[in-house]
Amino acid sequence: MAEAVPAGSQDPHGGHGHHEQSFWSKYVFSTDHKMIAMQYMFTGMAMGMIGAFMAYAFRMQLAFPGMEVPLYGLVSPANYNSLVTNHGTIMIFWVAMPVLLAGFGNFLIPLMIGCDDMVFPRINRLSYQIFLLSAIVLLASFFVPGGAFGGAWTAYPPLSSEAQYSLTPMGSSFWVVAVALEFVAFLMGGINFVTTAMNSRAPGMKMYDIPIVVWMIVIASILFMASVGPLIAGAIMLFFDQNLGTAFYDPSRGGDPILWQHLFWFFGHPEVYVVLLPALGVTAEIIPVFARKKFFAYKTVLYTVFATGVLSFTVWAHHQFIAGIDPRMANIFTVTTLLISVPIAEMCFVYIATLWGGSITLSTPMLWALAFVAEFLIGGVTGIFLGASGADIYMHDTYFVLAHFHYTFYPIAIVGTFAGFTFWFPKMFGRMMDDRLGKIHFWGSIIPFNCIFIPLFVLGMAGQHRRIFDFNAYPDLALPWMQHTREFVTIALLVMLAFQLVFFYNVWKSLRKGEKASKNPWKSNTLEWTTESPPGHGNWAELPTVYRGPYEYSVPDREEDYWPQNQPS
Amino acid sequence: MSATAATGGFVPGDRGRVGMACLIFTESAFFSIFLVAYLFYIGKSATGPQPAQVLDLPVLATVCLLSSSGTIAVALKSLGSGHIARFLVAWGLTIALGVAFLGFTAQEWQRLITVDGLTLRTNLFGTTFYSLVGFHAAHVLLGVLMMTSVALLALTGRVNSEHAPRVELVGWYWHFVDAVWLAVLTVVYVLGR
Repeated sequence: MAEAVPAGSQDPHGGHGHHEQSFWSKYVFSTDHKMIAMQYMFTGMAMGMIGAFMAYAFRMQLAFPGMEVPLYGLVSPANYNSLVTNHGTIMIFWVAMPVLLAGFGNFLIPLMIGCDDMVFPRINRLSYQIFLLSAIVLLASFFVPGGAFGGAWTAYPPLSSEAQYSLTPMGSSFWVVAVALEFVAFLMGGINFVTTAMNSRAPGMKMYDIPIVVWMIVIASILFMASVGPLIAGAIMLFFDQNLGTAFYDPSRGGDPILWQHLFWFFGHPEVYVVLLPALGVTAEIIPVFARKKFFAYKTVLYTVFATGVLSFTVWAHHQFIAGIDPRMANIFTVTTLLISVPIAEMCFVYIATLWGGSITLSTPMLWALAFVAEFLIGGVTGIFLGASGADIYMHDTYFVLAHFHYTFYPIAIVGTFAGFTFWFPKMFGRMMDDRLGKIHFWGSIIPFNCIFIPLFVLGMAGQHRRIFDFNAYPDLALPWMQHTREFVTIALLVMLAFQLVFFYNVWKSLRKGEKASKNPWKSNTLEWTTESPPGHGNWAELPTVYRGPYEYSVPDREEDYWPQNQPS
Repeated sequence: MSATAATGGFVPGDRGRVGMACLIFTESAFFSIFLVAYLFYIGKSATGPQPAQVLDLPVLATVCLLSSSGTIAVALKSLGSGHIARFLVAWGLTIALGVAFLGFTAQEWQRLITVDGLTLRTNLFGTTFYSLVGFHAAHVLLGVLMMTSVALLALTGRVNSEHAPRVELVGWYWHFVDAVWLAVLTVVYVLGR
């Protein structure tokens, strides 16, 4: 295609001005879904580096209390609170959401359903601009008087609503505004995803010919639309309480702080599925390609995901077992919480069944996809303990909880992202990634990850509480074995962070010297592999027509072991 | 943007309708929380004034808003069949009814603030009342602004029957705002007093 651009110039920060479009209209104010996907993905990755730096700073403080942390300095108790709060906020809302939902959603939906762009391209651009503004507001909160918000990423009142408790009156307001803006941005994105997938499918693409990842992103968007309204409402109430003197969460005037917990977790639990589903979808695309087998039980998975989505709205109070809710109510939420592990377990079995008897290639994307299934399983199994209200009373707010949700969010946000990024890298940039460096990066991330969080389960079971600045102040938490474990965890984190340099080197090197990618380097079936790498403006010279489902691999009596969706026979 | 439409399988409607349906879905979730918060906090206000002492049933405002749903339906039907003049009259009437509703709300708020001394921060009732009714009124205002911009385009002759599907989306939004008012009326002025 004439307008296919050299790989290096796809970098949104590059300044190649030799196209018809100016730098500004091509990279900054673009309405092209691929460029917006890149903007979301690179902003998300930049925020990820900031979030990782925060983790580095507070982990150093926990392992070596009172230390001058290199590149950061002394971590004061107030700094510590701001760091853990914003680490959680950034990693979930400014890394997992933009990369998985907005990044992959924008890049993949039009390419996989065979259309030229999103149905509302200008709303799409506005969505990214609001998202960028929200990120700036959040980061700006570190530079206001009092510093960034330090009342934990769940922002429970009165820590978040009363300045005398949080000590960060402006930081708290910035936090709430940033979160609300960010959700408005994703709301626009979600409406775009749903409408595009429903309305712009290529001729011949029936509902059951849509690739799983598109379904997953659409269902995640619907979950997001249903759950984000309540959180925006709750955030507005919180902002009013902080700045206008209202009484929504003020018990001295009849308000109830528990209302925020209900609103936050009514959103917060579906939110887990909002980021989980795209990651499950990404792995569902990768596993059949590298097992050369049809995806097992396509329709069953779809129905399961619908049911999971509905069920995810009925489990939120399992976060509040010790917040004074009625024990009879806790029983109901225990049952729904344990129920929701059934469909997720089913998905794991579906993936294993897809692998069963396949001719498996352990390429870098496949390694990441398999690691996702394996690591997420640990996160799921440990969730059973926390979902049972009796066990949760002991475990609540310990490092067991912390390790549990890192075992869900790390596979989702980090492993899922790297799986998708390495898999679609050839399509995004027109070059192949270095597989050897990719594998070094994979093992250098996965092994330290387990070294970080398995010890934290142990510390949590020993009673180590979350959100404590210096454990030496608590003699029964300052035992030598506990402190040594903390040091081990921090060193594992440093190793993991160091290995991320391999990834950046790999991206830099592959963009310059990587082997040129063909249209379909992985011999995959879905539509995005039928256009150029990278696709030009408008995606296809002539829009494709679809003849079959997306997972027809190793069909008997065919010469080739794959059968692209757009081939008539 | 995309000219292709799926030929196989289910297509729920054009992009504008799907997009507006999604927006209304989310907005419903948003309002339901303010309604639930209002219900949850009925009678929990630690200090006065209490709703029964200061709220009157807003009969005129309700009549205005509900009848505007009728006039907008007439307007959309006229536009669809190409009767631009009749469309403009009914559309203008809808805007006027929306503005009248906002006027009644402003009058009520002025009385509550100056006579009864009830503000956003007076007590829990003031907090929940002004936020719920205020967010609804803000949506009415947004609807009036959308309708006014359509009216300006129509007066300059740039709206005709082929734009009916687009203009209809404004109608969807307006009906939604009306439906929310029924819920607000029930919760605030009937159950809450």
